[in-house]
Amino acid sequence: MEMNNQLYTKRRVTSMLGLVFSMSAMAVGLAVLLWILYVLFANGLSALDSNLLTSDTPAPGTEGGGLRNAIVGSLMIVGLTVLVSTPVGILAGIYLTEYGDESKTAELTRFVTDIMLSAPSIVLGLFVYAIAVATVGNFSGYAGSLALSLIAVPVIMRTTENMLRLVPGSLREAAFALGAPRWKVSTFITLRAARSGVMTGLLLAVARISGETAPLLFTALNNQFFSTNMGAPMANLPVVIFQFAMSPYDNWVRLAWAGALLITLTVLVLNILARVFFRDKVSA
Amino acid sequence: MSEIKTAPKNAIEVRDLNFFYGKFQGLRNVTMDIAERKVTAFIGPSGCGKSTLLRTLNRMYSLYPGQRAEGEINFYGQNILDPKQDLNLLRARIGMVFQKPTPFPMTIYDNIAFGVRLYENLSKTEMDERVEWALTKAALWTEVKDKLGQNGLSLSGGQQQRLCIARSVAVKPSVLLLDEPTSALDPISTGKVEELVHELKADYTIAIVTHNMQQAARCSDYTAYMYLGELVEFGETEQIFFKPNKTATEDYITGRFG
Repeated sequence: MEMNNQLYTKRRVTSMLGLVFSMSAMAVGLAVLLWILYVLFANGLSALDSNLLTSDTPAPGTEGGGLRNAIVGSLMIVGLTVLVSTPVGILAGIYLTEYGDESKTAELTRFVTDIMLSAPSIVLGLFVYAIAVATVGNFSGYAGSLALSLIAVPVIMRTTENMLRLVPGSLREAAFALGAPRWKVSTFITLRAARSGVMTGLLLAVARISGETAPLLFTALNNQFFSTNMGAPMANLPVVIFQFAMSPYDNWVRLAWAGALLITLTVLVLNILARVFFRDKVSA
Repeated sequence: MSEIKTAPKNAIEVRDLNFFYGKFQGLRNVTMDIAERKVTAFIGPSGCGKSTLLRTLNRMYSLYPGQRAEGEINFYGQNILDPKQDLNLLRARIGMVFQKPTPFPMTIYDNIAFGVRLYENLSKTEMDERVEWALTKAALWTEVKDKLGQNGLSLSGGQQQRLCIARSVAVKPSVLLLDEPTSALDPISTGKVEELVHELKADYTIAIVTHNMQQAARCSDYTAYMYLGELVEFGETEQIFFKPNKTATEDYITGRFG
């Protein structure tokens, strides 16, 4: 066999170039990520002590303090959001694939969802402020959950729809062929076949909303004290970070770093969990 | 002992059936009878309408807007093309097995029980018996009896297809529609499914679509040869394969065409 040396060399050079470019792009991305993590750990670790979970956010000028009220507040606000937006998002996703499909209503729903997905979160926050804070007359944890739900529902809905679309039509037909009604096919067969993908979407939605600050600024606001009353202003991590990071007090700034580290670690864990779920799906 | 030969009773009578995918006509004036407790095979080149015909028999096409059928399909005297026909009940009586095995994402046991639970309220013992009965019918019981709790997807392709047959049999339908049930299987699994078809016809009316001429010859009593949406020739399998009336049928069967 005679080899065309010139062509071969050219191909090798192109291949090398491609490799160099993609590797350097990856290196830049990875370096930035590691840098962020490094700064977070360097600044946040010093504030990670037992007080963080047991004391509440300190008043101006007082020493020490922790983030207990903010952590509990965040957990409650995000928890309620998940409780509300999971069924709504999943059911809407089922509607889009199994019932609406190409109907006008479904097309409109998809269009609106896509707008919601890309809407700046501060706009959603202002909207909820106008309908659930200004009218009632006080900031509240409920309003915060409502604002976060507006972000989470479209994410859950679209991932559910996309995951259900991946389920082969033959599986649906097979269930229909046994005489199963549509709602049973959707819930017992299709949703079940796509469950790990749907779970992944859910976890990613939680990761997304757990760091959102703008929607909470106008809705849950903040609370210096420990409170589990969702009808009143509530402390939460993102807003505490926002306020403390810009403060002149050293212990506040340290707490802000600790909060940032806490959120980042949570998001990281959620993302890893999502990957594990999705890997199970692929191997099954 | 003298054998009395009677004309077989028809489970399904298709009359002047026309089928449309939107504007495209998939079936033209098809008229044929599907005899009770016999195997009727549909053969013909790809796109000839054999699968389409099969999918009208359980109204599977109704899942898709834009597909419609005209004419009559009488299932024991009842026209199933009637818009008032309850499709879920119809499909519980006319089961279907597809080209690719489609086990549900659940245990082997639940794969069988899913369909049964739709229309029957059985006790745990009765359900256990039904699952064993269906899996035995599909010649799968001995292979899976110790792993009923495993996911249906863990079985091999051939086993999955027999699981799908068991699933259809479990709801005790009167007709089984098989849409190229062995085209994704190896020869040994194919042999098992064919044996199964032979045994199942004692209790069920079977219609089978196949690309494999030998398969039609081996396991069917009646054969329909279709081409471009028309039923070219229909008769007893022996006659179709040995003395076809039409040259088009002969050309296809002998491999000169298709």
